[in-house]
Amino acid sequence: MRILLVEDDPVLADGLRAGLTLAGLTVDAVTSCADAQAALAGSRFDAVVLDLMLPDGLGLDVLAALRARQDATPVILLTALDETPDRIRGLDAGADDYLGKPFDLDELAARLRALVRRGSGRASPLLTHGGLALDPAMLSVTLDSSPVGVSRREFAVLSMLMERPGVIRSKGELEERLYGWQEEVESNTVEVYVHNLRAKLGREVIETVRGLGYRLRVPA
Amino acid sequence: MSSLRRRLFLILMAATGLIWLCAVAWISFGSRNELEHVLDTRLQEAARMVHSLVMTGERLEGAEKPALAGTLPPLSGGYERQLSCQIWSFDGRLLARSSGAPDAALADESEGFSDREVGGDTWRVYTIVDPEKDVRVVVGDRIGLRDKLVRDLVAGLAAPALLAMPLLGLLIWWSLGRGLRPLNRAAEEIAAREGEDMRPVPPDGAPSEIQPLITALNGLFAKVEAARANERDVTAFAAHELRTPLAGLKTQAQVALAAGETQMRENALRQIIASVDRTSRLVRQLLALARLDAGTAGRGAEMELGALIRDIADTVPHPPGVVTVVDPDLAHSRRLIERDTLSLVLRNLQENAVQNMTDGMIHWRLEGADRLVIEDEGPGIPAEELSLVRQRFYRGRKAAGSGSGLGLAIAEAALARIGARLAMDNRTERSGLRAVVELGLDPK
Repeated sequence: MRILLVEDDPVLADGLRAGLTLAGLTVDAVTSCADAQAALAGSRFDAVVLDLMLPDGLGLDVLAALRARQDATPVILLTALDETPDRIRGLDAGADDYLGKPFDLDELAARLRALVRRGSGRASPLLTHGGLALDPAMLSVTLDSSPVGVSRREFAVLSMLMERPGVIRSKGELEERLYGWQEEVESNTVEVYVHNLRAKLGREVIETVRGLGYRLRVPA
Repeated sequence: MSSLRRRLFLILMAATGLIWLCAVAWISFGSRNELEHVLDTRLQEAARMVHSLVMTGERLEGAEKPALAGTLPPLSGGYERQLSCQIWSFDGRLLARSSGAPDAALADESEGFSDREVGGDTWRVYTIVDPEKDVRVVVGDRIGLRDKLVRDLVAGLAAPALLAMPLLGLLIWWSLGRGLRPLNRAAEEIAAREGEDMRPVPPDGAPSEIQPLITALNGLFAKVEAARANERDVTAFAAHELRTPLAGLKTQAQVALAAGETQMRENALRQIIASVDRTSRLVRQLLALARLDAGTAGRGAEMELGALIRDIADTVPHPPGVVTVVDPDLAHSRRLIERDTLSLVLRNLQENAVQNMTDGMIHWRLEGADRLVIEDEGPGIPAEELSLVRQRFYRGRKAAGSGSGLGLAIAEAALARIGARLAMDNRTERSGLRAVVELGLDPK
């Protein structure tokens, strides 16, 4: 999952980037309303973590602009103003969730997973396909009930494919999900991760569609 | 407690009483004059009547002395025998007199009106002297009787008035109660309020006399409400300013716990230390502001400005490229001022200057006798933000990250307390900020 983090406090932003990355998310961080608008206009994110008070305006303005564009990207508001009226105002402005500072890092990650799950219309927190089960909260993969060890990046590739079984994901889409802006995209890495996953889960699990990308093989 | 009702009542009663007294005095004076006139005319007429009845002195001689008694009809009510008549011959014999008239002469020989004392009574007499008939006709009445007449007249007027006085008092008291009801209503409405209720009192329906009072009250309510709103804002901002670093601390701590790599854990711990430093500075500033708002000022002591500034410049952490120059003039400037407060302000100004510079010179100097000037070589403050920078928690759009936005607000509040003022402007000859602390004003 790729997350846009909009937070101006350097310590909190740094902690969130590190913490959410540990939780298996890819985090892009910006520190102002203007940068947030630019990021949201330019790329697709699975969810946005939005601070309410930013140096050049209110997070609510960013949210309003996003919703005005008919963009339904889930947004979770982070703020020190967590009186009930503030929560109501935030939710009514189009936010999907609201967390008062200080919050628990694991709770934020769980809420983000829940928002994305709800957005994709799934009921179960687990991604399952055939004998394959993927737990986004634990970053764990099981094949026929026996655990399989995968790296964070391998997990990200697999979870993206499993969100829409049968749908083709291009290499570019997978790279965008894997790397934030700050990271250098290494060539051939997607191929390396797919190769590793096939080695661990079986060759037939991931299908290469020549010239287009990869997809999860749907059992006939 | 002075009651408006009682006060108005006393004033109204005194005024009414005074007017009545004046009326009584006027009536008694006026009716006395009128009575004098009427009675004098009666005396004159009676004298003429008697005179016309007298033939000559000879013919009257030996006549029945009470001959004239029957001419005066008896009057009721203590006014009988009002008039007395005497007829004297020129040689001094009493020819005739009315019944009840004294034997002594009521008048001397002069003609016309005169007042005389006869037998203990004062008499008003009218005399007709007729040398042809050889008689002097004297008609008189007692002044005492006239006084009694006036007294009775006035008493007749005053008695109902005196009886009406308590009734009038009651009526005035009741009317005042009715008239003052709007005032009582306004008072009851305000008295019935909760302590938190700062809504304006509706001015409609209140009489125009208490409108100014209600307007003033509403003005006060508005001021109190504004002060409280400001307090709420500051509290909300303070909460934000404290909760954000707390959230950062917690997140970094959780990252440090969860991190597998040493480098990640070390980075998180370093961030925690930096955040704790920053948060403790913020808490220090919030406490300073709260103390200043509470307004507990200490006593001043004489001290040297130059040494104080040098001390501050040495202790405020700064990049190696930033040099602070303290003008030698400042070393000779000694002042009686509260050291802690001034030091807090100057430290804030120095921190402010250092924060906005990577290298360059900060220059402290004295302008005139009372103007302490600090100039830096940073970027200055954008013109449109100059008026905003002293607001609490205001941070410039391009400001470097670590400020709390409280420094200048604290400086201003502190300076007002020790009788000084802060002015800020961008330098004109080059980029940079120029702050002037004007000392020696009246403390607030």
